[in-house]
Amino acid sequence: MSQAPFETVIGLEVHLQLSTNTKIFCGCANVFGSAPNTNVCPVCLGLPGALPVLNHQALLSGIKVGLALNCEINSFIKFDRKNYYYPDSPKGYQISQFDFPVAKNGFVMIKTDKGPKRIGITRAHLEEDAGKLVHDNLSNCSLVDFNRTGTPLIEIVTEADMRSPLEAYDYLNTLKLTLEYLGVSDCDMEKGSLRCDANVSIRPWGQEKFGTKTELKNMNSFRAVKVALEYEVARHTQVIQSGGKIVQETLLWNDEKAMTIVMRSKEHAHDYRYFPDPDLVPFHVDYKVIDQVRAELPELPAAKLERFIKQYALSEYDAGVLVMDQSLTKFFESCVEHYSQPKKIANWFNGAVLFEMKERKLSLTELKLTPSHLVELVKAVEEGVVSNLAGKEVLTAMLDSGKTAGEIIKEKGLAQVSDDSALLAIVDEIIKQNPTVVEQIKQGKPAAAGFLVGQAMKQSGGKANPKKLNELITQRILNA
Amino acid sequence: MKLHSLSAHQILELYKEKKTSPEEVLKDVVMRIESVEPKIHAYAHVNTHPKAMEGSLAIPIAMKDNMCRKGEEVTCSSKILKGFKAPYDATVVAKIKQSGGIILGSANMDEFAFGSSTESSCYGPTFNPWNLSCVPGGSSGGSAASVAADEAIWSLGSDTGGSIRQPASFCGIVGLKPTYGRVSRYGLIAFASSLDQIGPLTKDVTDCALLMNVIAGYDDRDSTSVNEPVPDYTKALVNDVHGLKIGVPKEAFVEGLDPEVRASVQAAIDELKKLGAIIKEVSLPHTPYAVATYYIIATAEASSNLARFDGIRFGLRESPSKLRKNTLIDLYEETRANGFGDEAKRRIMLGTYVLSSGYYDAYYLSGQKVRTLIKQDLDEAFKECDVILTPTAPTTAFKVGEKVSDPLAMYLSDIYTIPANLAGIPSISIPCGFSKAGLPIGLQLMGKAFDEEMLLRVCYTYEQNTPWHTKKPNL
Amino acid sequence: MSISKKDVEYIAALSRIHVPEDKLEGVAKNLSDIVGYVEQLQQLNLKDVKPTSHAVPLSNALRLDVVKPSFSNAEALSIAPEAKDGCFKVPLVIE
Repeated sequence: MSQAPFETVIGLEVHLQLSTNTKIFCGCANVFGSAPNTNVCPVCLGLPGALPVLNHQALLSGIKVGLALNCEINSFIKFDRKNYYYPDSPKGYQISQFDFPVAKNGFVMIKTDKGPKRIGITRAHLEEDAGKLVHDNLSNCSLVDFNRTGTPLIEIVTEADMRSPLEAYDYLNTLKLTLEYLGVSDCDMEKGSLRCDANVSIRPWGQEKFGTKTELKNMNSFRAVKVALEYEVARHTQVIQSGGKIVQETLLWNDEKAMTIVMRSKEHAHDYRYFPDPDLVPFHVDYKVIDQVRAELPELPAAKLERFIKQYALSEYDAGVLVMDQSLTKFFESCVEHYSQPKKIANWFNGAVLFEMKERKLSLTELKLTPSHLVELVKAVEEGVVSNLAGKEVLTAMLDSGKTAGEIIKEKGLAQVSDDSALLAIVDEIIKQNPTVVEQIKQGKPAAAGFLVGQAMKQSGGKANPKKLNELITQRILNA
Repeated sequence: MKLHSLSAHQILELYKEKKTSPEEVLKDVVMRIESVEPKIHAYAHVNTHPKAMEGSLAIPIAMKDNMCRKGEEVTCSSKILKGFKAPYDATVVAKIKQSGGIILGSANMDEFAFGSSTESSCYGPTFNPWNLSCVPGGSSGGSAASVAADEAIWSLGSDTGGSIRQPASFCGIVGLKPTYGRVSRYGLIAFASSLDQIGPLTKDVTDCALLMNVIAGYDDRDSTSVNEPVPDYTKALVNDVHGLKIGVPKEAFVEGLDPEVRASVQAAIDELKKLGAIIKEVSLPHTPYAVATYYIIATAEASSNLARFDGIRFGLRESPSKLRKNTLIDLYEETRANGFGDEAKRRIMLGTYVLSSGYYDAYYLSGQKVRTLIKQDLDEAFKECDVILTPTAPTTAFKVGEKVSDPLAMYLSDIYTIPANLAGIPSISIPCGFSKAGLPIGLQLMGKAFDEEMLLRVCYTYEQNTPWHTKKPNL
Repeated sequence: MSISKKDVEYIAALSRIHVPEDKLEGVAKNLSDIVGYVEQLQQLNLKDVKPTSHAVPLSNALRLDVVKPSFSNAEALSIAPEAKDGCFKVPLVIE
């Protein structure tokens, strides 16, 4: 593949809604999906005279996110007003953080085909979310619902460290996984609890100075971010190659048309006039508080992956599949506690269980499988009670009925026959029917026994223990 | 008996002796309002049916038109808020109601508290009870005039740069701006959040202490409220200043100070000395910069605080016929152009300018730095004295219309009061004499943060030994 | 520093206040006078002075994450200039 004509430079801004009980500056419930304008009060409606008071939990969640992204936590934190008019912003300013954000100078490691890469986190700051506008073109009006106003947000801003839309995509997935582990947000892009804006520019290879960037908004999935960036990189390239210039502007991604369009609403120049919010006082974050939050951090995906590989001798692939979802890792480790055969459990889990989840379109919790039930099944297979194949059948039946493996094996009579006398009759029969194969084995080709085992299995209706069969067949032929 | 002319503590005494009732007092005050309000115009709205409440302090009170009262119209005397009925109570309003206070109505004010004369109200000016051709001062001019004219027994005002003290001085009553954070601002419609403070306007120092007992205290809905124990302020009413050190800044007696004001204040200093206080000269070298500093910080904060008056959720919205293209931007620009008066628009634009890109450092940041210097000056001075004494205003009440077209001259009438707001310290104005023309003159005392008691003690002593608080305007 | 008509247009737009063409001059003069006055601060050496945002040094005013009652929809909309479908109604916003 020939090299692209320009180097791509991407920086991302992620807004994450924090799932606290209440809003960031008032006691209104922080919930999604209520009837319009029912989770509002003087503070979040921006009524005259109302004053903000910071939610302690929002601050702690902010510190948590900062620590998980390897940031320094500022010991002095303050809030500033970002002044702009928009109907969904009730006070005419947004309370945000300008020069003393909760966290700064962190990083996220992503995997690339050239090895691990560090994506710098410039800062993470707390702010309040805006309300929701619904446009009613028919009645030529817009409707404002202020329920979302004041939902705590943390904005995570990267350095312009990504060099391709794919890297941006990988960063977002890595970031999201980390945030999910933290449990500070439901990270649901469809509900808007995680939103991403992108800054993109291109420059000739080797040039240090950044090219003119455009800002992309309105992407509602990570895939859309990637596609929008690819579109925009191609557009920049084409404009520059045809002698044009990129204009610094904000563009909206239109998913249906698969193109970016210029935002029309910014009729006035932006001059946010940030200044310290006099209604809020500064916050001194004690190192003890930071240490305590750090101590309460869960094991994060990268660390967990490493540990799973080391401690359980899992392949990177198997460990990777588990780590992608915190609930899977919890389930897995609980299974291992019951039965210390981690590799066997991982095989079952990443194979049959994930297959069932996919087939049934259910999450692990919805599947209603317990670790002890799965362990019972894996044990049955490992101890030769049922064959591997029958085991999968048992799992399906377990999930259908909610019964245990033991119950199902008994009910369906799936237990393997390991009793010599019962098996010998079948073995003798098979030997009689296949003289040519028997001859081959006698002449020193033991692998041919596999065919006879298969035949015997069939004869037994799948209930015979294949290991035992192999043993008996070889014995019978060689000792004849 | 003229109940309306009594102070609150005198009325409470009569309640105790069962010589009158809250209903009687209310009736008398309402009659007084009916008789003199047409001349004074102290109220933006008079409550049609004020109710006598249960409580230990059942005293009729006027509230400045910038404190939210549930279900009542509160407008900051601005067209942009006409018809706005607050859906909640300010913390001070809740406290007044709890104590049995009888709310008479909302007192007229300069629009959004922008002014020193109460002339910029959308309801028209309030007139000084001592001379109806003069202003009552401002911005809490209605609160001050209502008390001076006996249209209320006491009142609440708010003070951002002198808006309680200067009108108290012009109207010959007592006005206290408490320490920043002493009284909750929750429900006070903000002018400049880092400077605003609610305080009492009363007929004498005893009433001031009584009303402070009601309104002072921590409020968890105001992040800038201070969680310090509240003393019983009446305990500070001690008639003794022996050995107390009173600082007099040499910068206070400067050009522009009316000779009659100077003479009265000097006489008050002499009186306090006679009563046993020690007078010390102190220096506040950066106070000449206070007005400039104030107009940067106050307008910057105001420009942002007043952004919420946008016609979207409440208050005035210009009707589509008046709009240029009926777009959202037109709605904002027309609503704000027509809803705000000239001074409000001037301050919003000035504040926007000092915060705007390229000017922030030169103006806003410089202002915040000089604020530090002014605060340091006061901290230094308070190492040598217990209170600092100055005139409250450089002049007595000026004529209605005199300074309307000269905003800068108007701003300079707050030259003595502004430093206390910038430093967050408590400050009080009490009457200390009259001009030859019969206009009241006020004396200002500033105290250390959270030492309102010291101010009350010095003022009480002065008041007990002088006749000024007993004088009434002839209406 | 004097404020030009163009400055006034910019500030007015940022402030969302319509200033008619014939008023620009007067507003510019008015603001120039005040800005001229406040410029006296630049006579001071402020290099090593820390800015003060709050006169009373407070910090860490925090609230417990406990739900308090909100307005009903009717209460919230009781103050609205225009309302529709439980929402505050505004002219169509074009993005």
